[in-house]
Amino acid sequence: MNKTINQKAWFFVIPVFILVAFNAAIPLMTVVNYSFQETFGNNVFAWEGTRWFKQILLSERFHAALARQIAFTFIILLIQIPLGIGIALTMPKKGWGVPVCLILMSMPLLIPWNVVGAMWNIFALPDIGFLGHSLNGLGFDYNFTQQPGDAWFTTILMDVWHWTSLVVLLSYAGLNSIQPAYYQAAEIDGASRWAIFRYIELPKMKKVLTLAILLRFMDSFMIYTEPFVLTGGGPGNTTAFLSIDLVKMALGQFDLGPAAAMSLIYFFIVLLVCWVFYNLMMKNEAQS
Amino acid sequence: MKKYKWLVPTLYIIFLMLPIYWLINMSFKTTTEIINTYSLWPQKFTTENYVKIFTDSTWYMGYVNSITYTVFNTIISVAAALPAAYAFSRYKFLGDKHLFFWLLTNRMAPPAVFALPFFQFYSSVNLFDTHIAVALSHCLFNIPLAVWILEGFMSAVPKELDETAYVDGYSFGRFFFKIFVPTIAAGIGITMFFCFMFSWVELLLAKTLTATEAKPIAATMTRTASTSGYELGLLAAAGTLTIIPGAIVIYFVKDYIAKGFAMGRV
Repeated sequence: MNKTINQKAWFFVIPVFILVAFNAAIPLMTVVNYSFQETFGNNVFAWEGTRWFKQILLSERFHAALARQIAFTFIILLIQIPLGIGIALTMPKKGWGVPVCLILMSMPLLIPWNVVGAMWNIFALPDIGFLGHSLNGLGFDYNFTQQPGDAWFTTILMDVWHWTSLVVLLSYAGLNSIQPAYYQAAEIDGASRWAIFRYIELPKMKKVLTLAILLRFMDSFMIYTEPFVLTGGGPGNTTAFLSIDLVKMALGQFDLGPAAAMSLIYFFIVLLVCWVFYNLMMKNEAQS
Repeated sequence: MKKYKWLVPTLYIIFLMLPIYWLINMSFKTTTEIINTYSLWPQKFTTENYVKIFTDSTWYMGYVNSITYTVFNTIISVAAALPAAYAFSRYKFLGDKHLFFWLLTNRMAPPAVFALPFFQFYSSVNLFDTHIAVALSHCLFNIPLAVWILEGFMSAVPKELDETAYVDGYSFGRFFFKIFVPTIAAGIGITMFFCFMFSWVELLLAKTLTATEAKPIAATMTRTASTSGYELGLLAAAGTLTIIPGAIVIYFVKDYIAKGFAMGRV
């Protein structure tokens, strides 16, 4: 759309600007403030320069949490994106099945995150949970509160349960926007099922898939509540992802300086990846 | 192969429903039954967990609090985002692209980063433990989202609509509320749905900013779980009840969801 230049448009943006600035800029300044200083309580501060940043960047604890976080995000993207596309491809296109699928599949998205954690806790408990009991009944030695491997398996399964539907809904919307003419042309050419997917469906889904990957990256990288309720970061620290580790440091140990420095590094990583994705997305939009 | 296509969504839905069923199953059992026996359905069916929630004010007030700040937040977010999204979809102005990206960065900020500063900030302005504090703090991620979705819907409306209205002698205000808002009603519905959803499911900020007066149901649950032993039946019943508002909202917007996603936003 050709937009007119109008500086007065700023007046329309002012309410949003004030509300978000009030919420983002002021607290962010507090974080920046802490990250360069040492506090002894009673509002006494001492300048520390970049000491906390160096400490965090060199600390093994941060490296370990970051490595766990990257591994987790990578695994869930690897599972959820193909699975979501696959389910969207097999979903009914019309009839009574459509609203049934949409409603039932959206359900996990609307459950408060700590309830998701609590629900999976009850579901996976080895003695009284359906998942835990069944797995043990099948001969697996499964106990997510004690074995790191099982804790990871449960956390990933929970996230797949919680968020795959978002990828499904996005892909489904992308598929629905394809004109029937494309399929007819493919049929005349005698294209295989794979060719239809590769050359018609996948390119048409590019935009929504970029968005799905972006959203899943952001939200899985910030994950806190669900694993906190499910495993509490344990056993040991094996499922303590970045946010869990950060909250532990800030509110648990009250190490404000290092926690603030870690917050900024954390935010910076998310921002950097999202900036790359945002530019990719805008480039796609400009092309189409 | 085509014949068995329905199997995939069916199996997926069964996988989705299993943990939910297990939660509902637990909510109708007594705590002793949960701990001592494993059964696929309640052996001694009881509704005492639900009775407790509906008669104890610390429990049911949690729901009232959660719904209150969620509704506040939805109204504030959509009301503020409407004019801004209009500006982004119709006009070019100094710094518009940067402002749009800056708004989106707030959707990307990990809430864990903001928890402590929010606590200090809202305490210092005497808003700690009020519904409005939680509603305002959720604006951090809901306003960018609302602007993003609404901008998508508004850009799909041709600009000729605006121009014709002005030619017909409509003032901006009359045009906006009488013509433009009804035109994008579906988009506003979707936006409200997503604002409601993200405010309803968020816990970290809501928990950090409240103590007793505005405590969300989710926080009541975690605190109960840790203070009064392990009352699994009660916890399951409370969890089951938190699913209901979401289910009601989904039912009303089911026709719009697919359409909203099709805009390529959200």
